[in-house]
Amino acid sequence: MFLSDYISEIFNATKSLLKGMRRTGYYFTHHKQIITQQYPDVKQILPERFRGEVVMTHDEKNEHACTGCTACELACPNGTIKIITKFDILPDGKKKKAIDTFIYHLELCTMCNLCIEACPTDAIKMAQNFEHSVYDRSQLTKTLNKPGSKIKEGIE
Amino acid sequence: MYRETQILKAVPSNIANDFDDNNEMIINVGPQHPSTHGVLHLVITLSGETIKNVEPHLGYIHRSIEKMCESLSYRQFIYVTSRMDYLSSHINNHGCALCVEKGLQIEVPARAKVIRVLMDELTRLASHQLWWGAMAMDVGALTPFFHAFRERETINDIMEETCGARLTMNYMVPGGVMVDLHPNFQTKTKEFIALFKSKIDEYDELVTGNIIFQNRMKDVGVLSKEDAISYGCTGPTARASSVSCDIRKLYPYEVYNQLQFDEVIETGGDCYSRYLVRMREMRQSLSIVEQLIDNIPEGEFQAKTKAVLKLPKGEFYSRIETARGEFGVYIISEGATTPYRIKFRSPGFSNLSALNHMAKGYKIGDLVAIMGSLDLVIPDIDR
Repeated sequence: MFLSDYISEIFNATKSLLKGMRRTGYYFTHHKQIITQQYPDVKQILPERFRGEVVMTHDEKNEHACTGCTACELACPNGTIKIITKFDILPDGKKKKAIDTFIYHLELCTMCNLCIEACPTDAIKMAQNFEHSVYDRSQLTKTLNKPGSKIKEGIE
Repeated sequence: MYRETQILKAVPSNIANDFDDNNEMIINVGPQHPSTHGVLHLVITLSGETIKNVEPHLGYIHRSIEKMCESLSYRQFIYVTSRMDYLSSHINNHGCALCVEKGLQIEVPARAKVIRVLMDELTRLASHQLWWGAMAMDVGALTPFFHAFRERETINDIMEETCGARLTMNYMVPGGVMVDLHPNFQTKTKEFIALFKSKIDEYDELVTGNIIFQNRMKDVGVLSKEDAISYGCTGPTARASSVSCDIRKLYPYEVYNQLQFDEVIETGGDCYSRYLVRMREMRQSLSIVEQLIDNIPEGEFQAKTKAVLKLPKGEFYSRIETARGEFGVYIISEGATTPYRIKFRSPGFSNLSALNHMAKGYKIGDLVAIMGSLDLVIPDIDR
């Protein structure tokens, strides 16, 4: 009885190892499906919802939709966004609130998407850029509104 | 609890006399040790190769997440929990959202409920896949790690497309989910189900039946039912010791009470049982995803909530089953926009507390297998 147990144990053990080796052999001979990505040479197209960094959309007339309401600044959990506002003087002499600089600290951002959700005018969105490495940390502090840009007509 | 002197000094003679032989050695495993899956610091007392005592020392990556949450609003604090148990970050966010909804008595739309459960189960699958690869790698098999990551990539792609991120999704918001499902979600998930059904059999073929793997795992790190209960173990660790503790069954949330699935229970209590529980749980999760994927109701994905959430004065607790066990969120509110106090009950912390009991008397090589079978995620333990 002892001997037969011993032999069957050895037999089963060998069988289990061969079973695993069969799978290994299968992949050795069926190497058509390549799952490695040749990253720097071939860049993957990321889905449109991927959160890379916050950008402000500007149209061809260099106009954005940011009213300077600071909803994103309040929604941000890390203090990533700082908005400095100014008052534009309209042709009829009235003052209108507008953004002066939209400061975005990429180094503090966790890509949680809460600012995008909070924005009432869809002025900011997430870009699909993920290669953020720079040589100096100060380069990660960005001004999102382009120089000379204005707010679009009709957005309050 | 932290006794630095014990690490630096040699063992005092009175402690050494408690054991049979005096040839004892204290070894620090970690904080940066490849087999601890992170930055866990263990102080191990060894007698030869036999483990006499294991003492985890926490604090290396403490970020005071609970204290941080006290200065964040009820929408903002959810993202922080992704950084605790990063492998089931989605389920952590879900637990927090459930607690806030409980306080505000928000009714979540049916569609959001189903989306949440779908995402939870996909996260659980991804987490168990990574665990399977890492577990096999711990006991010496390198190839399964790559197999596991190959399939996990498919889930990551699904997550990336719908949620916008691969690991720290922050997809759950109080009242539902942040954005609706991507149009490709259903087809991609169905493709994944079809793919993974054949792959999980391959996992079994490659590792489960392997005699070397079985000899490393069987009768190692035995945890009895009584000990599992008294150490507060939850999740697969406790279910392998025949403790019924699945929150999805015992305290159903969202749509779990309408689903057909089994609570996986094994009776062995050793590393191999914990392995089997997780393998069978993967099949259960797969069946849950399969049941829901064609039955996503139409409608709103997010309930209408106020811009500023204010929980009424009181205490709120919600529990949820993550890939590692029970995750609890306890909020004390004073009626302000930020919580007065938040306590997270993380599954990894309680499961780790049983490590000393499980590892005593085994060889140091078994410790790696025991830790692997506990499925430790260190930021979850040390938050």
